[in-house]
Amino acid sequence: MFEIVSKKILAENVVEMTIKAERVAKAHKPGQFLILMNYEHSERIPLTIADSDKEKGEVTIVFLVVGFSTNELATNFNVGDKLYSVVGPLGTPTHIENFGKVVVIGGGLGVAPIYPICKGLKEAGNEVISIVGFRSKNLMFWVQRIESVSSRIIVTTDDGSYGMKGFVTNALQKLYDEKEKIDRVIAIGPPIMMKNVSKMTLPWGIPTFVSLNTIMVDGTGMCGGCRLEIGGETKFVCVDGPDFDGHKVNWDEMEIRMKVYKNQEQQILEEHNCKIGLR
Amino acid sequence: MDKKELLELGVVEEGKPKKPTPRLPRREIACQDPKERIKNFNEVALGYTLKDAVYEAMRCLECSKPRCVVACPVHIDIPSFIGLIARGKFEEACEDIRKYNSLPAVCGRVCPQENLCEAACIINDTNPKNPIAIGRLERFAADYLLSQENGNENKIEIRHKTPFKVAVIGSGPTGLTCAAELAKMGHTVHLFEALHKPGGVMMYGIPEFRLPKEIVQKEINYVRSLGVNIETNCIIGKTIPVSDIMNEFDAIYIGTGAGFPNMMHIPGENFAGIYSANEFLTRVNLMRAYEFPKSSTPIRKPKKGVVVGAGFTAFDVVRIMLRLGADEAEIVYRRTRKEMPGRGEEIEHSQEEGAKIRELTNPVRFIGDENGFVKAVEVQRMELGEPDSSGRRRPVPVPDSNYIIDTDLVVIAIGQTPNVLIPSALKNLSTRWGSVINVNRETYMTSVPKVFAGGDAITGAATVILAIRAAKEASRGIDEFLKDPQKKWYPQAFSEKK
Ligand SMILES: Cc1cc2nc3c(=O)[nH]c(=O)nc-3n(C[C@H](O)[C@H](O)[C@H](O)COP(=O)(O)OP(=O)(O)OC[C@H]3O[C@@H](n4cnc5c(N)ncnc54)[C@H](O)[C@@H]3O)c2cc1C
Ligand SMILES: Cc1cc2nc3c(=O)[nH]c(=O)nc-3n(C[C@H](O)[C@H](O)[C@H](O)COP(=O)(O)OP(=O)(O)OC[C@H]3O[C@@H](n4cnc5c(N)ncnc54)[C@H](O)[C@@H]3O)c2cc1C
Ligand code: SF4
Ligand code: SF4
Ligand code: FES
Repeated sequence: MFEIVSKKILAENVVEMTIKAERVAKAHKPGQFLILMNYEHSERIPLTIADSDKEKGEVTIVFLVVGFSTNELATNFNVGDKLYSVVGPLGTPTHIENFGKVVVIGGGLGVAPIYPICKGLKEAGNEVISIVGFRSKNLMFWVQRIESVSSRIIVTTDDGSYGMKGFVTNALQKLYDEKEKIDRVIAIGPPIMMKNVSKMTLPWGIPTFVSLNTIMVDGTGMCGGCRLEIGGETKFVCVDGPDFDGHKVNWDEMEIRMKVYKNQEQQILEEHNCKIGLR
Repeated sequence: MDKKELLELGVVEEGKPKKPTPRLPRREIACQDPKERIKNFNEVALGYTLKDAVYEAMRCLECSKPRCVVACPVHIDIPSFIGLIARGKFEEACEDIRKYNSLPAVCGRVCPQENLCEAACIINDTNPKNPIAIGRLERFAADYLLSQENGNENKIEIRHKTPFKVAVIGSGPTGLTCAAELAKMGHTVHLFEALHKPGGVMMYGIPEFRLPKEIVQKEINYVRSLGVNIETNCIIGKTIPVSDIMNEFDAIYIGTGAGFPNMMHIPGENFAGIYSANEFLTRVNLMRAYEFPKSSTPIRKPKKGVVVGAGFTAFDVVRIMLRLGADEAEIVYRRTRKEMPGRGEEIEHSQEEGAKIRELTNPVRFIGDENGFVKAVEVQRMELGEPDSSGRRRPVPVPDSNYIIDTDLVVIAIGQTPNVLIPSALKNLSTRWGSVINVNRETYMTSVPKVFAGGDAITGAATVILAIRAAKEASRGIDEFLKDPQKKWYPQAFSEKK
């Protein structure tokens, strides 16, 4: 169980892995995530299910090497190795119906999780405009894959090395200025990007949904560690989300709660002399 | 062990009558020194030596109408197993207990025995406060067998296999027990657990220093040896839809516990450094954050910790805070020590370790620093008013009595309720207070045909032994149902199960 069947380095510090997890693959719906553990005494790390193959019983994840556990996963695990634990699919699936015209935005690592969402939306009859943003051309991945499930795709890079120069928000602004009639926006990426997208669409009155990645432990509604204020109420991101109305998220609280373990994260990296940098 | 060694321990010689010594004082259990133990997570109570166990077993009268057995929720044949210990048959003693309880090493440690079997022991009448230490003897017998090679393997023969398949959801004490009982009856049992390790609260809630995780896993291995198939990493309602389970199995037992943490819903509750008890305990116990960075799950270490609440959970949390190196750790409780639901022994142990209790105090708001980390709690003084429905005097706020307690880590331990995942997926499942499942008092069947439930899921947070009792009774209901599904099982009366 939980054998790694393929591994690819997509860009600097970005790894794609496909894992055997039959039950998870079978039950997966767009917007859901899984939690995996490298070894028996490892952390539980939540990662979005970027794709699933129900026949083969496999799930695909794409992750960024940011700290100790993702570094360990990227360096110690290769095809044929087995993970200690994989559980899922977790979270409430993304709400998919025929909304009309949907702009789906993926920023950096957020590009991977939008794939099943675009696919689902397209199957439901939507016109899907995807905006995918990277810092630079050498960090790009899955552009063709996203394109294959979109009616139209806009690529942005912060440094202008590919596609439109600027942030995903610049591309969104442009669509709005061009008078595209947008029925819904879905944005996945770093919190700051999701926050800025939400801020932008609020005055336009476009329903905007984001996928939150608060710190989690169990992912089943048992610990409350993932809790966040949404529209004045405390919600558990792992079960009530991870998708929420971006206009209702308390972004300041989100920022605070992501920093709880900053010192310890630094400590474990130093203790194990980890060097982040995978090409 | 040879005969000579046994006789040196003072056991009853074969063929000779026992001469009980009820007037001797109860044998205390050796504990780690409080000054030492707050520096480690090793077990506090060290357990009986062979000599201690035989001494204590010799005190038992082996009554013919034992009151202790009546008081034990699962009616372990206490005089029988104690008699075996007194005769040097240590392994047999545990096998004997296992006929009634598959988790003796756990129960011997965490059962509130002072209110159950030991409270009923007849020796209290003549030698007050010196009942037989039944729990410690139970632990001794279990530890003895578990430490032997193959000690966690089943030795009884299982009756012929029936064609029935039962799904048990949740691997806490109730799920494990129900699975064990059904397996002994010859049914095929599949036990599903959401987490990566089976054991429920025994693994993620109760700390290592009260209940070593290795012991829990050994008892679980015994359950496996009965033929129970345990599948971890499987959340029913997510990994497998409830409807698939309904189609695939002849009966279902829900033992999903009460894992949803209650929060206080007061301002500032989401500041960093404020945990629910479940998160704090799971990080420390299941994920072994106390070994960080050897294990890779972090926890914040408090300098001055505050725990809100006063049950089992609160005492475990305050003792963990001290072990994580807190200079101070205190419990804030809105009633008084007299109303505390925690176990006597645990309260005592926490006091020895330096935990403080602030009675008649209730938090009203949390205060954060400029980075969003908690730095203080504003509390309000309380006084006791009229008794409420539970008979406890209701705390009422004293006007204008607010003041501030400085802290850098707060844990909210004010109780748990059952998770709504399964109740919301099963149409027509009768519940009360939103998520506590109602069952038929005799059979433990829920309002949904072929679905049974027990443990904290039907009572709200209770105790290990009550969860075990529910499972034993339910397993009989399930067995009867499997053999005669046509019987008039419903409509039936649903009610609260005590
Ligand atoms: C629902 C969800 C979906 C996610 N999907 C993806 C994904 O598809 N690809 C991807 O690269 N990352 C994803 N993440 C984030 C990923 O879980 C973290 O990057 C990972 O846990 C970091 O672990 P680490 O030990 O390498 O880094 P650390 O050094 O421990 O932490 C680095 C950063 O990750 C955050 N983090 C740490 N632990 C957790 C945790 N248990 N849960 C969430 N965040 C944490 C920290 O706040 C910090 O900002 C997702 C998170 C959530 C909650
Ligand atoms: C900190 C703490 C200390 C305690 N100390 C004591 C003590 O000293 N003595 C005592 O007698 N009692 C004590 N208790 C209470 C006791 O632990 C519980 O009453 C008992 O564990 C309840 O057993 P259960 O089997 O009903 O549920 P649990 O032990 O809660 O087990 C339920 C299991 O079901 C799993 N589950 C839930 N939903 C699903 C799903 N959808 N699919 C698959 N699996 C699922 C959970 O992950 C969990 O493993 C304590 C409780 C706590 C929290
Ligand atoms: S299970 Fe609990 S009540 Fe029963 S004998 Fe053991 S300690 Fe006593
Ligand atoms: S009541 Fe006390 S003395 Fe009698 S059998 Fe039970 S434990 Fe022994
Ligand atoms: S991760 Fe524990 S409740 Fe959400």
